[in-house]
Amino acid sequence: MSAVPIWLIVLVKAVIVLFVVITTFAYSMLAERKVMGWMQLRPGPNRVGPWGLLQPAADAVKMMFKEDLTPETADPLIYRLAPFISLITAMGTFAIIPFSANADGTLWSVGNVNAGILLIFCMTSIGVYGISLAGWASGSKFPLLGSVRSTAQMISYELAMSMSVIGVLILAGSTALGDIVNAQYRVWFILPQIVGFVIYIITAVAETNRAPFDLVEAETELVGGFHTEYSGLRFGLFFIAEYLNMITVSCLATLLFLGGWNGPFGLPSFGLLGLLWFVLKAGFFLFFYIWLRSTLPRFRYDRLMAFGWKVLLPVSTLNLILTAVAVALWPTHA
Amino acid sequence: MIAFWILAVLMIASAVFTVSARKPVYSVIGLLANFVCLAGMYLELQAEFLAVIQIVVYSGAILILFVFVIALLSSGVRPFDVGPDRAPRIVIPAAIIAALTLIAITATALRTPAALVRTPVGSTGDANAFGSVADFGVALFTTNLLPFEVTAFILMVAVIGVVLIAGDDDAVTGARRKPRRPGKRESIVKDTVAR
Repeated sequence: MSAVPIWLIVLVKAVIVLFVVITTFAYSMLAERKVMGWMQLRPGPNRVGPWGLLQPAADAVKMMFKEDLTPETADPLIYRLAPFISLITAMGTFAIIPFSANADGTLWSVGNVNAGILLIFCMTSIGVYGISLAGWASGSKFPLLGSVRSTAQMISYELAMSMSVIGVLILAGSTALGDIVNAQYRVWFILPQIVGFVIYIITAVAETNRAPFDLVEAETELVGGFHTEYSGLRFGLFFIAEYLNMITVSCLATLLFLGGWNGPFGLPSFGLLGLLWFVLKAGFFLFFYIWLRSTLPRFRYDRLMAFGWKVLLPVSTLNLILTAVAVALWPTHA
Repeated sequence: MIAFWILAVLMIASAVFTVSARKPVYSVIGLLANFVCLAGMYLELQAEFLAVIQIVVYSGAILILFVFVIALLSSGVRPFDVGPDRAPRIVIPAAIIAALTLIAITATALRTPAALVRTPVGSTGDANAFGSVADFGVALFTTNLLPFEVTAFILMVAVIGVVLIAGDDDAVTGARRKPRRPGKRESIVKDTVAR
Protein backbone atom coordinates (compact mmCIF):
# COMPACT_ATOMS: atom_id res chain seq x y z
CA MET A 1 0.00 0.00 0.00
CA SER A 2 2.89 2.33 0.71
CA ALA A 3 3.71 2.66 -2.99
CA VAL A 4 0.31 4.21 -3.73
CA PRO A 5 0.09 7.87 -2.70
CA ILE A 6 -2.69 8.62 -0.24
CA TRP A 7 -4.34 11.25 -2.41
CA LEU A 8 -4.79 8.65 -5.16
CA ILE A 9 -6.51 6.24 -2.75
CA VAL A 10 -8.83 8.97 -1.56
CA LEU A 11 -9.54 10.07 -5.12
CA VAL A 12 -10.42 6.54 -6.25
CA LYS A 13 -12.62 6.02 -3.20
CA ALA A 14 -14.37 9.34 -3.80
CA VAL A 15 -15.06 8.53 -7.45
CA ILE A 16 -16.48 5.12 -6.54
CA VAL A 17 -18.69 6.57 -3.79
CA LEU A 18 -19.95 9.36 -6.06
CA PHE A 19 -20.75 6.91 -8.85
CA VAL A 20 -22.65 4.61 -6.48
CA VAL A 21 -24.49 7.49 -4.85
CA ILE A 22 -25.56 9.06 -8.15
CA THR A 23 -26.79 5.68 -9.39
CA THR A 24 -28.69 5.23 -6.14
CA PHE A 25 -30.21 8.65 -6.70
CA ALA A 26 -31.33 7.75 -10.21
CA TYR A 27 -32.95 4.50 -9.15
CA SER A 28 -34.48 5.80 -5.93
CA MET A 29 -36.22 8.36 -8.13
CA LEU A 30 -37.52 5.58 -10.36
CA ALA A 31 -38.44 3.51 -7.30
CA GLU A 32 -40.38 6.42 -5.89
CA ARG A 33 -42.44 6.80 -9.04
CA LYS A 34 -43.01 3.05 -9.32
CA VAL A 35 -43.95 2.50 -5.68
CA MET A 36 -46.15 5.57 -5.58
CA GLY A 37 -47.81 4.32 -8.76
CA TRP A 38 -48.59 0.95 -7.17
CA MET A 39 -49.87 2.60 -4.03
CA GLN A 40 -52.22 4.67 -6.20
CA LEU A 41 -53.26 1.62 -8.29
CA ARG A 42 -51.48 2.64 -11.49
CA PRO A 43 -48.43 1.08 -13.16
CA GLY A 44 -45.96 3.99 -12.91
CA PRO A 45 -43.36 4.68 -15.61
CA ASN A 46 -43.08 1.62 -17.89
CA ARG A 47 -42.32 2.93 -21.40
CA VAL A 48 -38.56 3.52 -21.43
CA GLY A 49 -36.64 0.27 -21.47
CA PRO A 50 -37.81 -2.99 -19.90
CA TRP A 51 -40.00 -2.34 -16.85
CA GLY A 52 -39.19 1.39 -17.15
CA LEU A 53 -35.61 0.80 -16.07
CA LEU A 54 -34.13 3.37 -18.45
CA GLN A 55 -36.45 6.12 -17.24
CA PRO A 56 -33.69 7.89 -15.18
CA ALA A 57 -31.53 8.16 -18.31
CA ALA A 58 -34.43 9.61 -20.27
CA ASP A 59 -35.09 12.12 -17.48
CA ALA A 60 -31.43 13.13 -17.40
CA VAL A 61 -31.37 13.74 -21.17
CA LYS A 62 -34.56 15.79 -20.91
CA MET A 63 -33.09 17.90 -18.10
CA MET A 64 -29.90 18.57 -20.02
CA PHE A 65 -31.60 19.72 -23.21
CA LYS A 66 -34.17 21.97 -21.58
CA GLU A 67 -33.57 25.69 -21.83
CA ASP A 68 -31.93 27.21 -18.78
CA LEU A 69 -33.97 30.33 -18.05
CA THR A 70 -33.02 33.21 -15.76
CA PRO A 71 -35.81 35.65 -14.90
CA GLU A 72 -35.14 39.31 -15.61
CA THR A 73 -35.80 40.27 -11.98
CA ALA A 74 -33.37 37.65 -10.68
CA ASP A 75 -30.01 38.38 -9.12
CA PRO A 76 -27.88 36.61 -11.73
CA LEU A 77 -24.85 35.69 -9.61
CA ILE A 78 -26.67 34.22 -6.62
CA TYR A 79 -29.33 32.68 -8.86
CA ARG A 80 -26.62 30.65 -10.59
CA LEU A 81 -24.67 29.94 -7.40
CA ALA A 82 -27.53 28.57 -5.27
CA PRO A 83 -28.01 25.15 -6.94
CA PHE A 84 -24.31 24.44 -6.58
CA ILE A 85 -24.37 25.18 -2.84
CA SER A 86 -27.21 22.69 -2.47
CA LEU A 87 -25.55 19.98 -4.50
CA ILE A 88 -22.01 20.35 -3.12
CA THR A 89 -23.14 20.15 0.50
CA ALA A 90 -25.43 17.21 -0.30
CA MET A 91 -22.57 15.32 -1.92
CA GLY A 92 -20.01 16.31 0.70
CA THR A 93 -21.71 14.30 3.42
CA PHE A 94 -20.95 11.05 1.61
CA ALA A 95 -17.24 11.66 2.12
CA ILE A 96 -17.53 10.63 5.76
CA ILE A 97 -20.35 8.08 5.84
CA PRO A 98 -18.89 4.60 6.46
CA PHE A 99 -20.78 1.96 4.49
CA SER A 100 -19.19 -1.10 6.04
CA ALA A 101 -15.99 -2.19 7.80
CA ASN A 102 -13.34 -4.86 7.48
CA ALA A 103 -12.88 -7.48 10.18
CA ASP A 104 -9.92 -5.51 11.55
CA GLY A 105 -12.09 -2.42 11.96
CA THR A 106 -11.01 -0.50 8.85
CA LEU A 107 -13.98 1.57 7.71
CA TRP A 108 -15.32 1.57 4.17
CA SER A 109 -15.49 5.32 3.84
CA VAL A 110 -13.63 8.01 1.93
CA GLY A 111 -12.43 9.76 5.06
CA ASN A 112 -12.61 8.85 8.74
CA VAL A 113 -13.26 12.02 10.69
CA ASN A 114 -13.19 12.14 14.46
CA ALA A 115 -16.07 14.63 14.63
CA GLY A 116 -17.97 12.68 11.92
CA ILE A 117 -21.58 13.27 12.86
CA LEU A 118 -20.91 16.93 13.65
CA LEU A 119 -19.34 17.43 10.25
CA ILE A 120 -22.48 16.03 8.62
CA PHE A 121 -24.56 18.55 10.56
CA CYS A 122 -22.14 21.21 9.28
CA MET A 123 -22.86 20.21 5.72
CA THR A 124 -26.62 20.13 6.14
CA SER A 125 -26.63 23.50 7.89
CA ILE A 126 -24.78 25.06 4.95
CA GLY A 127 -27.13 23.27 2.54
CA VAL A 128 -29.98 25.49 3.75
CA TYR A 129 -28.30 28.43 2.01
CA GLY A 130 -28.87 26.78 -1.35
CA ILE A 131 -32.63 26.82 -0.92
CA SER A 132 -32.99 30.14 0.87
CA LEU A 133 -30.67 32.01 -1.51
CA ALA A 134 -32.37 30.42 -4.53
CA GLY A 135 -35.72 31.69 -3.32
CA TRP A 136 -34.39 35.15 -2.63
CA ALA A 137 -32.42 35.47 -5.87
CA SER A 138 -35.30 34.42 -8.10
CA GLY A 139 -36.85 37.83 -7.58
CA SER A 140 -40.47 36.77 -7.54
CA LYS A 141 -42.93 36.17 -4.78
CA PHE A 142 -43.56 32.42 -4.71
CA PRO A 143 -39.90 31.46 -4.48
CA LEU A 144 -39.37 34.09 -1.78
CA LEU A 145 -42.23 32.63 0.28
CA GLY A 146 -40.78 29.17 -0.22
CA SER A 147 -37.35 30.25 0.87
CA VAL A 148 -38.62 32.04 3.98
CA ARG A 149 -40.61 28.95 4.93
CA SER A 150 -37.62 26.74 4.31
CA THR A 151 -35.32 28.80 6.50
CA ALA A 152 -37.77 28.87 9.38
CA GLN A 153 -38.52 25.17 9.08
CA MET A 154 -34.87 24.15 8.89
CA ILE A 155 -33.87 26.20 11.93
CA SER A 156 -36.73 24.85 14.01
CA TYR A 157 -36.29 21.20 13.09
CA GLU A 158 -32.51 21.10 13.06
CA LEU A 159 -32.55 21.89 16.77
CA ALA A 160 -34.80 18.96 17.67
CA MET A 161 -32.82 16.71 15.33
CA SER A 162 -29.49 17.54 16.98
CA MET A 163 -31.05 16.99 20.42
CA SER A 164 -32.29 13.54 19.40
CA VAL A 165 -28.89 12.60 18.00
CA ILE A 166 -26.97 13.74 21.09
CA GLY A 167 -28.69 10.93 23.03
CA VAL A 168 -26.99 8.44 20.71
CA LEU A 169 -23.66 10.24 21.06
CA ILE A 170 -23.88 9.99 24.85
CA LEU A 171 -24.60 6.27 24.69
CA ALA A 172 -21.76 5.64 22.24
CA GLY A 173 -19.38 8.03 23.97
CA SER A 174 -18.01 9.24 20.64
CA THR A 175 -18.82 11.46 17.68
CA ALA A 176 -16.99 9.28 15.14
CA LEU A 177 -19.46 7.31 13.04
CA GLY A 178 -17.36 4.14 13.16
CA ASP A 179 -17.30 4.14 16.97
CA ILE A 180 -21.06 4.76 17.10
CA VAL A 181 -21.70 1.69 14.96
CA ASN A 182 -19.25 -0.46 16.92
CA ALA A 183 -20.98 0.54 20.16
CA GLN A 184 -24.18 -1.07 18.78
CA TYR A 185 -22.57 -4.47 18.35
CA ARG A 186 -24.90 -6.09 20.95
CA VAL A 187 -27.92 -3.80 21.10
CA TRP A 188 -29.00 -1.40 18.41
CA PHE A 189 -29.62 2.08 19.77
CA ILE A 190 -33.20 2.01 18.50
CA LEU A 191 -34.11 0.09 21.70
CA PRO A 192 -32.69 2.43 24.39
CA GLN A 193 -33.27 5.49 22.20
CA ILE A 194 -36.72 4.75 20.79
CA VAL A 195 -37.92 8.30 21.58
CA GLY A 196 -34.86 9.78 19.94
CA PHE A 197 -35.39 7.53 16.94
CA VAL A 198 -38.99 8.66 16.41
CA ILE A 199 -37.98 12.31 16.73
CA TYR A 200 -35.05 11.78 14.37
CA ILE A 201 -37.29 10.24 11.71
CA ILE A 202 -39.84 13.07 11.94
CA THR A 203 -37.22 15.81 11.84
CA ALA A 204 -35.32 14.07 9.06
CA VAL A 205 -38.39 14.19 6.84
CA ALA A 206 -38.78 17.88 7.68
CA GLU A 207 -35.09 18.59 7.07
CA THR A 208 -35.20 17.11 3.60
CA ASN A 209 -38.40 19.00 2.74
CA ARG A 210 -40.31 15.87 1.87
CA ALA A 211 -44.04 15.25 2.23
CA PRO A 212 -45.79 15.76 4.62
CA PHE A 213 -43.36 18.58 5.47
CA ASP A 214 -42.83 19.81 1.90
CA LEU A 215 -44.24 23.29 2.54
CA VAL A 216 -41.13 24.71 0.92
CA GLU A 217 -42.24 23.55 -2.49
CA ALA A 218 -45.95 23.02 -1.82
CA GLU A 219 -47.30 22.85 -5.40
CA THR A 220 -50.87 23.71 -4.48
CA GLU A 221 -49.92 26.90 -2.61
CA LEU A 222 -46.56 28.10 -3.92
CA VAL A 223 -46.49 26.78 -7.53
CA GLY A 224 -43.03 25.21 -7.08
CA GLY A 225 -41.73 27.02 -4.03
CA PHE A 226 -38.09 27.98 -4.11
CA HIS A 227 -37.47 26.36 -7.50
CA THR A 228 -40.43 27.89 -9.34
CA GLU A 229 -38.17 29.92 -11.63
CA TYR A 230 -35.53 27.26 -12.18
CA SER A 231 -35.50 25.07 -15.25
CA GLY A 232 -33.25 22.66 -17.07
CA LEU A 233 -30.08 21.46 -15.43
CA ARG A 234 -30.16 24.00 -12.61
CA PHE A 235 -33.51 22.61 -11.49
CA GLY A 236 -31.95 19.18 -11.93
CA LEU A 237 -29.21 20.06 -9.45
CA PHE A 238 -31.80 20.92 -6.79
CA PHE A 239 -33.62 17.72 -7.60
CA ILE A 240 -30.46 15.63 -7.21
CA ALA A 241 -29.61 17.45 -3.97
CA GLU A 242 -33.02 16.66 -2.50
CA TYR A 243 -32.65 12.95 -3.21
CA LEU A 244 -29.07 12.88 -2.00
CA ASN A 245 -30.20 14.47 1.26
CA MET A 246 -32.83 11.75 1.55
CA ILE A 247 -30.16 9.10 1.07
CA THR A 248 -27.92 10.85 3.62
CA VAL A 249 -30.52 10.92 6.38
CA SER A 250 -31.44 7.30 5.62
CA CYS A 251 -27.79 6.29 5.97
CA LEU A 252 -27.53 8.32 9.17
CA ALA A 253 -30.63 6.68 10.62
CA THR A 254 -29.05 3.33 9.84
CA LEU A 255 -25.72 4.27 11.41
CA LEU A 256 -27.13 5.96 14.51
CA PHE A 257 -30.08 3.78 15.43
CA LEU A 258 -30.05 0.50 13.49
CA GLY A 259 -26.48 -0.63 14.10
CA GLY A 260 -25.03 0.31 10.70
CA TRP A 261 -23.44 -2.74 9.11
CA ASN A 262 -23.97 -4.94 12.19
CA GLY A 263 -26.32 -7.85 11.71
CA PRO A 264 -29.23 -8.35 14.13
CA PHE A 265 -28.73 -10.16 17.49
CA GLY A 266 -25.00 -9.49 17.57
CA LEU A 267 -24.26 -11.64 14.51
CA PRO A 268 -20.75 -10.90 13.26
CA SER A 269 -20.90 -8.97 10.03
CA PHE A 270 -18.26 -7.09 8.06
CA GLY A 271 -17.04 -6.59 4.52
CA LEU A 272 -19.61 -7.31 1.81
CA LEU A 273 -22.08 -8.89 4.23
CA GLY A 274 -21.96 -5.71 6.31
CA LEU A 275 -22.52 -3.67 3.18
CA LEU A 276 -25.58 -5.81 2.39
CA TRP A 277 -27.04 -5.16 5.85
CA PHE A 278 -26.33 -1.47 5.49
CA VAL A 279 -28.02 -1.25 2.08
CA LEU A 280 -31.05 -3.21 3.33
CA LYS A 281 -31.52 -0.91 6.32
CA ALA A 282 -30.97 2.31 4.40
CA GLY A 283 -33.22 1.02 1.63
CA PHE A 284 -35.98 0.46 4.15
CA PHE A 285 -35.79 4.10 5.19
CA LEU A 286 -35.92 5.23 1.56
CA PHE A 287 -39.05 3.11 1.08
CA PHE A 288 -40.46 4.61 4.27
CA TYR A 289 -40.07 8.08 2.74
CA ILE A 290 -42.03 7.10 -0.35
CA TRP A 291 -44.64 5.41 1.81
CA LEU A 292 -45.09 8.58 3.87
CA ARG A 293 -45.38 10.74 0.78
CA SER A 294 -48.21 8.72 -0.72
CA THR A 295 -50.01 8.33 2.62
CA LEU A 296 -50.03 11.60 4.54
CA PRO A 297 -51.43 15.00 3.52
CA ARG A 298 -49.33 18.14 3.92
CA PHE A 299 -49.09 19.95 7.25
CA ARG A 300 -50.46 23.45 7.69
CA TYR A 301 -47.66 25.94 8.18
CA ASP A 302 -48.51 27.28 11.65
CA ARG A 303 -49.10 23.74 12.92
CA LEU A 304 -45.73 22.70 11.56
CA MET A 305 -43.96 25.40 13.54
CA ALA A 306 -46.01 24.80 16.68
CA PHE A 307 -45.32 21.05 16.45
CA GLY A 308 -41.60 21.63 16.08
CA TRP A 309 -41.18 24.06 18.93
CA LYS A 310 -43.85 22.91 21.39
CA VAL A 311 -43.71 19.13 20.98
CA LEU A 312 -40.53 17.89 19.31
CA LEU A 313 -38.05 20.19 21.05
CA PRO A 314 -39.29 19.63 24.66
CA VAL A 315 -39.62 15.86 24.14
CA SER A 316 -36.15 15.56 22.62
CA THR A 317 -34.65 17.69 25.41
CA LEU A 318 -36.31 15.49 28.01
CA ASN A 319 -35.02 12.39 26.23
CA LEU A 320 -31.53 13.88 26.22
CA ILE A 321 -31.63 14.66 29.96
CA LEU A 322 -32.94 11.17 30.83
CA THR A 323 -30.25 9.55 28.69
CA ALA A 324 -27.53 11.63 30.31
CA VAL A 325 -28.76 10.75 33.80
CA ALA A 326 -29.00 7.05 32.93
CA VAL A 327 -25.49 6.97 31.49
CA ALA A 328 -24.14 8.86 34.51
CA LEU A 329 -25.80 6.40 36.92
CA TRP A 330 -24.91 3.19 35.07
CA PRO A 331 -21.77 3.81 33.01
CA THR A 332 -21.67 0.90 30.59
CA HIS A 333 -18.52 1.80 28.72
CA ALA A 334 -14.99 2.71 29.80
CA MET B 1 1.72 26.53 5.85
CA ILE B 2 0.49 26.75 2.25
CA ALA B 3 -3.03 26.18 3.53
CA PHE B 4 -2.57 29.03 5.99
CA TRP B 5 -1.62 31.54 3.29
CA ILE B 6 -4.42 30.47 0.97
CA LEU B 7 -6.95 30.72 3.80
CA ALA B 8 -5.52 34.04 5.00
CA VAL B 9 -5.81 35.63 1.56
CA LEU B 10 -9.31 34.22 1.10
CA MET B 11 -10.37 35.47 4.53
CA ILE B 12 -9.17 39.00 3.93
CA ALA B 13 -10.69 39.04 0.45
CA SER B 14 -14.05 37.83 1.75
CA ALA B 15 -13.94 40.33 4.62
CA VAL B 16 -13.31 43.19 2.19
CA PHE B 17 -16.11 41.87 0.00
CA THR B 18 -18.43 41.74 3.02
CA VAL B 19 -18.01 45.41 3.90
CA SER B 20 -17.82 46.70 0.35
CA ALA B 21 -20.69 44.79 -1.27
CA ARG B 22 -23.62 46.94 -2.34
CA LYS B 23 -26.34 44.35 -1.72
CA PRO B 24 -26.86 43.05 1.83
CA VAL B 25 -27.21 39.46 0.60
CA TYR B 26 -23.80 39.68 -1.07
CA SER B 27 -22.39 40.79 2.27
CA VAL B 28 -23.92 37.74 3.91
CA ILE B 29 -22.31 35.48 1.32
CA GLY B 30 -18.97 37.19 1.89
CA LEU B 31 -19.36 36.64 5.62
CA LEU B 32 -20.28 33.00 5.00
CA ALA B 33 -17.08 32.51 2.99
CA ASN B 34 -15.16 34.24 5.77
CA PHE B 35 -16.60 31.90 8.42
CA VAL B 36 -15.82 28.83 6.35
CA CYS B 37 -12.22 30.03 5.92
CA LEU B 38 -12.02 30.68 9.66
CA ALA B 39 -13.19 27.11 10.28
CA GLY B 40 -10.43 25.99 7.94
CA MET B 41 -7.94 27.97 10.04
CA TYR B 42 -9.17 26.21 13.19
CA LEU B 43 -8.81 22.86 11.42
CA GLU B 44 -5.25 23.72 10.52
CA LEU B 45 -4.61 24.47 14.20
CA GLN B 46 -6.02 21.01 15.08
CA ALA B 47 -9.02 22.58 16.80
CA GLU B 48 -11.42 20.24 15.06
CA PHE B 49 -14.39 20.70 17.37
CA LEU B 50 -14.10 24.48 17.26
CA ALA B 51 -14.04 24.37 13.45
CA VAL B 52 -17.20 22.30 13.29
CA ILE B 53 -18.99 24.43 15.86
CA GLN B 54 -17.93 27.57 14.02
CA ILE B 55 -19.80 26.36 10.95
CA VAL B 56 -22.82 24.82 12.71
CA VAL B 57 -23.46 27.78 15.00
CA TYR B 58 -22.29 30.84 13.09
CA SER B 59 -22.82 29.83 9.47
CA GLY B 60 -25.68 27.45 9.99
CA ALA B 61 -27.78 29.22 12.59
CA ILE B 62 -26.85 32.88 13.00
CA LEU B 63 -26.00 33.81 9.44
CA ILE B 64 -29.06 32.06 8.03
CA LEU B 65 -31.15 34.33 10.25
CA PHE B 66 -29.43 37.29 8.55
CA VAL B 67 -30.56 35.92 5.19
CA PHE B 68 -34.02 35.43 6.63
CA VAL B 69 -34.28 39.03 7.84
CA ILE B 70 -32.71 40.54 4.71
CA ALA B 71 -34.98 38.52 2.43
CA LEU B 72 -38.01 39.64 4.39
CA LEU B 73 -37.21 43.26 5.06
CA SER B 74 -34.74 45.12 2.94
CA SER B 75 -33.99 43.22 -0.22
CA GLY B 76 -34.09 46.34 -2.38
CA VAL B 77 -32.46 48.91 -0.10
CA ARG B 78 -28.87 49.84 -0.81
CA PRO B 79 -26.76 51.07 2.08
CA PHE B 80 -26.18 54.45 0.49
CA ASP B 81 -29.91 55.04 0.11
CA VAL B 82 -30.29 54.98 3.86
CA GLY B 83 -28.41 58.12 4.76
CA PRO B 84 -25.46 60.38 3.99
CA ASP B 85 -22.16 58.65 3.42
CA ARG B 86 -20.10 59.42 6.52
CA ALA B 87 -17.29 57.02 5.73
CA PRO B 88 -14.56 59.59 4.79
CA ARG B 89 -14.67 61.35 8.16
CA ILE B 90 -13.90 58.23 10.18
CA VAL B 91 -11.41 56.64 7.80
CA ILE B 92 -8.28 58.19 9.41
CA PRO B 93 -9.09 57.43 13.09
CA ALA B 94 -10.23 53.92 12.11
CA ALA B 95 -7.00 53.28 10.24
CA ILE B 96 -4.91 54.50 13.21
CA ILE B 97 -6.78 52.25 15.66
CA ALA B 98 -6.47 49.27 13.32
CA ALA B 99 -2.73 49.85 12.89
CA LEU B 100 -2.18 50.13 16.66
CA THR B 101 -4.13 46.92 17.28
CA LEU B 102 -2.11 45.11 14.64
CA ILE B 103 1.16 46.31 16.20
CA ALA B 104 0.00 45.23 19.66
CA ILE B 105 -0.97 41.76 18.45
CA THR B 106 2.26 41.28 16.54
CA ALA B 107 4.36 42.45 19.49
CA THR B 108 2.60 40.01 21.82
CA ALA B 109 3.02 37.18 19.35
CA LEU B 110 6.73 37.90 18.93
CA ARG B 111 7.30 38.00 22.70
CA THR B 112 5.67 34.60 23.24
CA PRO B 113 8.38 31.99 23.95
CA ALA B 114 8.75 29.58 21.07
CA ALA B 115 8.21 26.62 23.42
CA LEU B 116 4.61 27.70 23.99
CA VAL B 117 3.78 27.72 20.30
CA ARG B 118 2.35 24.37 19.36
CA THR B 119 3.40 23.01 16.04
CA PRO B 120 0.36 21.34 14.55
CA VAL B 121 1.26 17.79 13.61
CA GLY B 122 -0.73 14.65 12.95
CA SER B 123 -4.15 14.35 11.41
CA THR B 124 -7.69 15.06 12.54
CA GLY B 125 -8.37 11.33 12.86
CA ASP B 126 -6.48 11.27 16.16
CA ALA B 127 -9.09 11.09 18.91
CA ASN B 128 -6.82 12.51 21.61
CA ALA B 129 -5.42 15.39 19.58
CA PHE B 130 -5.53 18.92 20.94
CA GLY B 131 -8.91 20.45 20.22
CA SER B 132 -10.73 17.14 19.72
CA VAL B 133 -14.27 16.75 20.99
CA ALA B 134 -13.23 14.89 24.14
CA ASP B 135 -10.48 17.36 24.96
CA PHE B 136 -12.77 20.29 24.40
CA GLY B 137 -15.46 18.80 26.63
CA VAL B 138 -13.02 18.16 29.49
CA ALA B 139 -11.70 21.72 29.29
CA LEU B 140 -15.21 23.14 29.13
CA PHE B 141 -16.61 21.25 32.12
CA THR B 142 -13.61 21.30 34.46
CA THR B 143 -11.22 24.24 34.14
CA ASN B 144 -13.71 26.61 32.52
CA LEU B 145 -16.92 25.50 34.19
CA LEU B 146 -17.75 28.83 35.84
CA PRO B 147 -17.32 31.03 32.72
CA PHE B 148 -19.35 28.47 30.78
CA GLU B 149 -22.21 28.50 33.27
CA VAL B 150 -22.16 32.30 33.53
CA THR B 151 -22.31 32.62 29.73
CA ALA B 152 -25.19 30.19 29.59
CA PHE B 153 -27.00 32.17 32.29
CA ILE B 154 -26.47 35.48 30.47
CA LEU B 155 -27.77 33.98 27.24
CA MET B 156 -30.83 32.68 29.03
CA VAL B 157 -31.49 36.11 30.53
CA ALA B 158 -31.17 37.59 27.05
CA VAL B 159 -33.66 35.12 25.62
CA ILE B 160 -36.19 35.80 28.38
CA GLY B 161 -35.67 39.53 27.83
CA VAL B 162 -36.35 39.20 24.11
CA VAL B 163 -39.50 37.21 24.76
CA LEU B 164 -40.66 39.86 27.24
CA ILE B 165 -39.98 42.75 24.87
CA ALA B 166 -41.22 41.19 21.65
CA GLY B 167 -43.92 38.93 23.05
CA ASP B 168 -47.60 39.47 23.58
CA ASP B 169 -48.22 42.15 26.23
CA ASP B 170 -51.42 40.52 27.43
CA ALA B 171 -49.75 37.23 28.15
CA VAL B 172 -46.97 38.79 30.20
CA THR B 173 -48.65 41.44 32.31
CA GLY B 174 -52.19 40.15 32.28
CA ALA B 175 -53.32 43.76 31.88
CA ARG B 176 -53.39 46.28 29.03
CA ARG B 177 -55.75 44.38 26.80
CA LYS B 178 -55.38 45.70 23.27
CA PRO B 179 -58.00 45.16 20.59
CA ARG B 180 -56.89 42.11 18.69
CA ARG B 181 -55.93 42.75 15.11
CA PRO B 182 -57.49 40.44 12.55
CA GLY B 183 -55.11 37.89 11.07
CA LYS B 184 -52.95 37.73 14.14
CA ARG B 185 -51.28 34.40 14.51
CA GLU B 186 -52.57 33.70 17.97
CA SER B 187 -56.21 33.92 16.94
CA ILE B 188 -55.71 31.23 14.31
CA VAL B 189 -54.33 28.86 16.89
CA LYS B 190 -57.22 29.49 19.26
CA ASP B 191 -59.74 28.87 16.47
CA THR B 192 -58.14 25.54 15.77
CA VAL B 193 -58.27 24.50 19.39
CA ALA B 194 -61.91 25.54 19.70
CA ARG B 195 -62.95 23.49 16.70
